[in-house]
Amino acid sequence: MRLIRYGFRRHATYWAAALAGAFTNTVFGILQAYVLIALWSTRPGLGGYDLADAVTFCFLAQAYIGPMQVFGGGLDLPERVRSGDVALDLARPASLQLWYLSEDLGRAAYLVIARSVPPTLVGALVFGIAPPAGPGTWAAFPVSVALAVLVSFGWRYLVALASFWVLDDRGLAIVSLIMTTFFSGLMLPLVIFPGWLGELARALPWAAMVQVPADVYLGTTSIGGALAFQAFWALVLLGLGAFVTAAARRKLVIQGG
Amino acid sequence: MSAVLRTYVLLVWTWTRAAAQYPVSFALMAAGVVVTGGLDIAVIWVIFSNTTTLGGFTLDEVMFLHGTAFLSFTVADLLFGNVDRIGRHIKAGTLDVMLIRPASLFVQVAADRFAPHRVGRVIQAAAVLSVGLARLDVPAGRTWMIPVMVVSGIVIFTALWALGGAVQFLLTEAPELANSLTYGGATLTQYPLSVYGDRLVIGVTFVVPLAFVNWQPGLYVLGRPDPLGLPYVLRFLSPAAALVTALAAALAWRAGIRRYRSTGS
Amino acid sequence: MIEAEGLGRTFKVRGSLVHAVRDLSFTVEAGEFVGCLGPNGAGKSTTIKMLTGILAPTTGRLRVAGFDPTRRRTALARRIGVVFGQRTTLWWDLPLKDSFELVRLLYKVDRVTFRRRLDELCEVLDLSHFLRTPVRQLSLGQRMRGEVAAALLHDPPLLILDEPTIGLDVVSKAGVRDFLGALNAERGTTVLLTTHDLGDVERLCRRVVLIDHGRLAFDGTVTQLRALVPGEVTIEDAVARLYLSSRPDPRTRHPRPAPDPPSVTA
Repeated sequence: MRLIRYGFRRHATYWAAALAGAFTNTVFGILQAYVLIALWSTRPGLGGYDLADAVTFCFLAQAYIGPMQVFGGGLDLPERVRSGDVALDLARPASLQLWYLSEDLGRAAYLVIARSVPPTLVGALVFGIAPPAGPGTWAAFPVSVALAVLVSFGWRYLVALASFWVLDDRGLAIVSLIMTTFFSGLMLPLVIFPGWLGELARALPWAAMVQVPADVYLGTTSIGGALAFQAFWALVLLGLGAFVTAAARRKLVIQGG
Repeated sequence: MSAVLRTYVLLVWTWTRAAAQYPVSFALMAAGVVVTGGLDIAVIWVIFSNTTTLGGFTLDEVMFLHGTAFLSFTVADLLFGNVDRIGRHIKAGTLDVMLIRPASLFVQVAADRFAPHRVGRVIQAAAVLSVGLARLDVPAGRTWMIPVMVVSGIVIFTALWALGGAVQFLLTEAPELANSLTYGGATLTQYPLSVYGDRLVIGVTFVVPLAFVNWQPGLYVLGRPDPLGLPYVLRFLSPAAALVTALAAALAWRAGIRRYRSTGS
Repeated sequence: MIEAEGLGRTFKVRGSLVHAVRDLSFTVEAGEFVGCLGPNGAGKSTTIKMLTGILAPTTGRLRVAGFDPTRRRTALARRIGVVFGQRTTLWWDLPLKDSFELVRLLYKVDRVTFRRRLDELCEVLDLSHFLRTPVRQLSLGQRMRGEVAAALLHDPPLLILDEPTIGLDVVSKAGVRDFLGALNAERGTTVLLTTHDLGDVERLCRRVVLIDHGRLAFDGTVTQLRALVPGEVTIEDAVARLYLSSRPDPRTRHPRPAPDPPSVTA
């Protein structure tokens, strides 16, 4: 818990960067909203969304960029592996994964305030996006966002762990960037991806980061199914993370730190 | 002028040689930018798998508009995109070092850590434009406009980078603000401006002249009426718009240097 | 070589105006070796940055090597060499030799002159065995010798060094000092250096300029500096005394007793 607060405070010092990020997210949200409006005015009801849903989706997607760290990174683990400082982290009695998770939760909590609220407000003012309907959605939405952060962390932590084995992790970073921007729903809602591509995209873990929490907000999905989907991927990724952490620890021990 | 160009080429060549020492890394990065750039095209493909026209324009027309703007943007990004790193130079104090050298600061910042792998995106943009053009029936008498609009676009995007850089003399913490100008501009010009609201289109015609990158001259090439009914002559004014933007950027850049405060000891 | 008259620079810090340097006037003639002293935050670095064209002065007149640094920054850059002790002017990822080659091209030094100059510098600064090493892998002492060489490849008549000996070990320090002394004596290069190391001043400088609270607090020879304090004193004592005398005294009614510096022009 202290670590969560620490993560929150550490990122709160970068308020200017967060503000600039929120501004950028808002600008891109507006541009994307117009494109979606143009698309939905030729195909009303596309993908089960009406026009208002589509516009709302696009501002929600921009709002998730900060807390879900959709563009990747956010963990300093690769740097610490390269510098060798990770040996100190592994020597701590706490689990490496939990350690990073707590800090990441703090970061996400801060960015929800600093980077998610402004684009959503501007979206509401300019395009009149609607608040979620009904108390059930109000209750489920925060849970869904929290699960999305867990899935996002689970994925980014795995990518970061790869730096124990891969010297140049830039290729991996690019692959991760593509998966998270394209298959999360950030660039376009996954509901309009055609055919098998759509079905695949909606089943992959990245959908749990943007598409699913947006659907929960819009009420275009069953809440129980959505939360179960997110929880499933969070468990899988975090479990994998724990497994790989153990392997990394063994590797470090064999190499003598 | 030739001295400025010489310095630029010299610095760029030095960084290219440095990058060439790691060919695997270079190939990987080049492939990376191509794939990430391919996402924009994938998005257009997904959109047109759901519709035949967007904002009244067909897929081929959108590819033409996207291709020209993308080409301008990627060339400007390859050559001058590093100007958006100026905030980092200010914070790290490396700007001081550039200021004691007998060379233009803009050239030094633009050429520093020149990333040759970005050439992958230029090729990709050229490919999109070629495919779009090949599938369109553009009258031969109008093709002259294409190189004019691409060059004007390069100048406009470069000027936007310089403006974004100049802003960072005041707000070193916020390179993302500059990004919303440049990358935002690239995203905006990816689609026909007819999809955006009227006020936004007026804004990017007369304030930040992004409409002159591909929209106005593109309407001429495609032989389409202006949905907003703006004067026909605007279609030929891209070079003038580029010149005005470049002048404004140059003034802002100079003002920025004069306001430079340097850091630390 | 340097003419500063009423030089001033203010910064806006959270809305209020801070005078980093105010009403600073001094001249440096060609061939002099001048040390610039002052406590931390006194305005030394700001002054150096104005002299080299990095910062524009807010007030006053300045000419360095015949140019106004703000208006003719690039022309000035060709006529001066600059070394920062705390940051590198070399290209971090490139071998030292490539950095030199870039400097050659940027400063438009022809190949023959460059070759000759580099050979000389390699010999006196003992650079040969790490010419091919990337700058980031050099030790601080090696790097500093490289920095000094890079600043002199275009044979500038004026060399400005900001804390060139900071962090160096005794041997490296002596090497750099010997080189600078010889450069001034043999080639007649004008040298201005800032330092906290009074050893630099005693070994090298005939003249000392002391800046405190952004103003000129002393300008004279090392002997005159020592004479400020009665008795057999070291230069440390004299400087410490000067630093202290310009501090605001909490007991006096005036916030700062105007320091009336014993300004003696050399």
